Amino acid sequence: MKLIDSIPSGTVKTASKQMEFVTVTVAGQLLGLPISRVHDVFVVSEMTTVPLAPGEIAGLLNLRGRVVTAVSLRRRLGLGDTAESGRRMAVGLENQGEAYGLLVDEVGEVLKLDPDEMQPNPVHMDRGWVGLSQGVHQLRDQLLIVLDVDAVLAFETEREAA
Amino acid sequence: MDDLLLEFLTETNEHLETVDVEMVRFEQDPNNEAILSNIFRLVHTIKGTCGFLGLPRLEALAHAAETLMGKFRDGMPVTTPAVSLILGTLDRIKEILGELERQGTEPEGSDGDLIALLDKMATQEPPVPEAAPAPQTVQTSAPVVLQVLERELKPGEVSLDELERAFQEAPGPAKDVTAGTLTYQVLERPLKAGEVSLDELERAFREAPGPAPLVIDKPAEKAPSQAPTIAATAPAAPKKSGEPAEAGEAGEGLSGKVQTIRVNVDTLEHLMTMVSELVLTRNQLLEIARRSSEDHGYKVPLQRLSQVTAELQDGVMKTRMQPIGNAWQKLPRVVRDLSNELSKKIELVMQGADTELDRQVLEVIKDPLTHMVRNSADHGIESPAERKAGGKHEKGTIRLNAYHEGGSITIEIADDGKGLNFAAIRKKAAERGIASDAELERMSDAQVAKFIFHPGFSTAAKVTSVSGRGVGMDVVKTNIELIGGTVDIRSEQGRGTTFTIKIPLTLAIVAALIVSSKDQRFAIPQIAVSELVRVSPTSEHSIERINGTPILRLRDRLLPIVPLSKVMGLSGNEDANHGFVVVTQVAHQRFGILVDGVFHTEEIVVKPMSSKLRHIQLFSGNTILGDGAVVLIIDPNGLARMVGSESDRNEFQSDANPEQAVVAADEMTSLLVFRGGSESLKAVPLSLVTRLEEIEASTIEWSSGRPVVQYRGRLMPLVSCDEELAIKREGMQSLLVFSDGDVSMGLAVAEIVDIVEDKLDIELLAERSDLVGSAVVRGRTTEIVNVAHYLPMVLETWSRKERKGGPERSLLLVDSSTFFRDMLVPVLKASGYRVQTASTAQDAVRLLSNGLHVDVVVTDLELSGHSGFALVASLRADPQHSATPVIGLTVKPDPQQIALARKLQISEIVSKIDRRGLLSALAELNGTLEEAA
Repeated sequence: MKLIDSIPSGTVKTASKQMEFVTVTVAGQLLGLPISRVHDVFVVSEMTTVPLAPGEIAGLLNLRGRVVTAVSLRRRLGLGDTAESGRRMAVGLENQGEAYGLLVDEVGEVLKLDPDEMQPNPVHMDRGWVGLSQGVHQLRDQLLIVLDVDAVLAFETEREAA
Repeated sequence: MDDLLLEFLTETNEHLETVDVEMVRFEQDPNNEAILSNIFRLVHTIKGTCGFLGLPRLEALAHAAETLMGKFRDGMPVTTPAVSLILGTLDRIKEILGELERQGTEPEGSDGDLIALLDKMATQEPPVPEAAPAPQTVQTSAPVVLQVLERELKPGEVSLDELERAFQEAPGPAKDVTAGTLTYQVLERPLKAGEVSLDELERAFREAPGPAPLVIDKPAEKAPSQAPTIAATAPAAPKKSGEPAEAGEAGEGLSGKVQTIRVNVDTLEHLMTMVSELVLTRNQLLEIARRSSEDHGYKVPLQRLSQVTAELQDGVMKTRMQPIGNAWQKLPRVVRDLSNELSKKIELVMQGADTELDRQVLEVIKDPLTHMVRNSADHGIESPAERKAGGKHEKGTIRLNAYHEGGSITIEIADDGKGLNFAAIRKKAAERGIASDAELERMSDAQVAKFIFHPGFSTAAKVTSVSGRGVGMDVVKTNIELIGGTVDIRSEQGRGTTFTIKIPLTLAIVAALIVSSKDQRFAIPQIAVSELVRVSPTSEHSIERINGTPILRLRDRLLPIVPLSKVMGLSGNEDANHGFVVVTQVAHQRFGILVDGVFHTEEIVVKPMSSKLRHIQLFSGNTILGDGAVVLIIDPNGLARMVGSESDRNEFQSDANPEQAVVAADEMTSLLVFRGGSESLKAVPLSLVTRLEEIEASTIEWSSGRPVVQYRGRLMPLVSCDEELAIKREGMQSLLVFSDGDVSMGLAVAEIVDIVEDKLDIELLAERSDLVGSAVVRGRTTEIVNVAHYLPMVLETWSRKERKGGPERSLLLVDSSTFFRDMLVPVLKASGYRVQTASTAQDAVRLLSNGLHVDVVVTDLELSGHSGFALVASLRADPQHSATPVIGLTVKPDPQQIALARKLQISEIVSKIDRRGLLSALAELNGTLEEAA
């Protein structure tokens, strides 16, 4: 598994208020993950699917000797799987001591945004999305949804447990 | 926190645990000097170190406890309150230590209460007459020493260590010397005097007004520094620690000559991780070597590397092993305290304490074990009075037993208490809606017992305190299952309860078989695998199907087959029959896992499942194989559970516990297996068949198109067992002869195959009247023929004879076995009865109380759930049915049953399989009924 450079640091502006987000794209939608939560970004090569697993879990990955649980952001957002079978990108996250890889369509640049400029979720936004989104940033040409990493990784798994 | 303090904490905690255990032992065996001196030494060491580190509270406490123990040594009787007091002091010391660990300093507070109690206990010593004057003389001497020679005190104290050693080296007489003749001892041996007077002195110190601990603190702190050289100038810092350490080592050397060093657990864990990685890398290398055919000269070194790695792994694993006794250490104390608290007499027996298991596993089971022992003491063992009334020894026993078994360790916790109250558990389960009444009715006690592991069940049970055990048993189960263990309960009312815990020895590295199913690889722990069988439709071993369920015949036993792809939900190719069967044994359950391919065995490093996947019971973890692929580890226990829970019925039968099988399935039935026109096998209970005959086809006569044969001087109608089978016109024709009285019928069959004895479990077929249903006989699906179907075809005579024009009589048949009901109903109908059936006594009572009128009741006396006798008794109690004749069916009549039957005016007891006996009993009844009418 090849590691794409750790996050390009970019030029640090003085404004301390600004937060950095790693942007990813899923089904054309731009989403941002707080950079503090992102460990690395990598290309997914081999993935082991887990039978009987919740739909959100795409499988298990070996990332440098560590077993990483791959979570499909598409499925998490209630979107269908992508038809493309090109190279798959994942964002490495850590939650409660466990390693996760969030599967996305594309990883974009790192953006610096002012938290004050974040708008609350539109009231009519899909309910499944509202739970995962902290708010919306208006960029020049598109909207960026700020993902709540903890919420993304907190999904129901016990429904099948006997 | 400095290292010294840290080390002190670990060491002291260990010492305290030992003292706890030893104290309980000592209480039971107060004359054992070895135990006492061991305790004494440990407490003394604690005291010494505390003084050295400047921990006044701890020191004062330890000192007071030591003083009291000194009195024990001097012959003071060992009483429960005294032991409790010392244990209480130890608890306080532990509290302070805990605080010390968190904050780095001794917490504020006073222990005056405990110390006063300890002192009081130590001073009130009525037993030894000489003891009374002794302290007095010492007391008088004490102030002198205190005031005049403040320094001399200290050598005295340090020499205690020496004394201690002297004690151990000379066990016998030492005690006498200290006990009695103290007065002249002072003169003769100043050292001894020092010891005794010190105790008194320090007490004098504390009794004097002022901040007592401080006063002790100062001399104690300085004492060791000046100990080795009596000169007050000594700056010998290294020596001061050397002295007590030496004493300590001498003590340890006495208890066992094992050289040990203390290693930080983190270091070991790190080592373990590194070895795991090494194992992985080695596997990777081996994988590469396997693939390339060329040998570049590295294969031999690789072999060597592989070997060394294996040894290293073993070695590191060993460092992680600890005797299970470590987890039991607290238990004697727990049981002792509980038995005092509950006023019960409980003995704790521990066997196999030196059984070793992985530290990690040990940590996980420590609390569950304590909890279960506590439960046994609290809920299992009865009060002495109850025990006496129950004819048991007053003293209850809790037995802990640990032993290795294969690759796992088994721990049993058994008590000889009152056992689980199944009725109460059933009730509770129904109340809580965990299971319906009907389900509960069917469940065996063993299944019911499992409810105590149900979350939330416990708390409710505790409130009512009727159902016995169960505070947080669900947590116990979860903890044990988390590490791949299992818990079983065996309980007998009035005899006690045994919990059996099975856990793997280690969690880190296991040997696993790598298999594939639908292009995906899985690992199956080798421990669970007993053999591998290759299957294909053409080979010796092939998979057969019963109603679509795959089965493998293996050495005359039937092995249920679980296609891995099916349980995994990976494409449902239902009729896969190529591949390998991994024969798996889990507890009592044996089954085969059908996989597509088997690769090799590999040592795998078990990595825990992600918390998001942990609910899938099928997997116990995952691992990274030599080639870098992530592979899921199949949990055979989980698989067994999944297979078992696929349907309720399956669960019933797959459970090897015989008491769990339903009554009907439990009975062995002799079956005559034969073949008709079609391929399928047919069978009929042998008890129904009168004779087997083979006749010349030429003797068959056809009267008005119907075949008949002369048989024993009468004409016997023949009928073919199925439509496909034509009755032969030539050659030999096999017949099964059914007869009743002087009427017979011949059932023509193609071939008589065999007579087998098997458990009958019939799946009913509604749509075919010629069959009762189908059953698995010797692993093959077999149609069970309904004889009654043929009777009307040939026996107008039969029914005509039976009816005799009399009015139809009504009959209630009560039998829990569907098979027997279905078998008997047609026969009874053919004999001219209107038949009502009921499967349980309750059903029967309901029918009857709803106004059903019957002339005769035929009931199984061994109804599942309720006794048939109970049914008859309730019949007799009802004026409407008090005179109804009853015929009892039983598998094997015994005198007791017969006596009971007579009492309940049961007209006749007939063997369950004796159909003719039943009919003649009915006929007899008929006679009497008619007479009566």
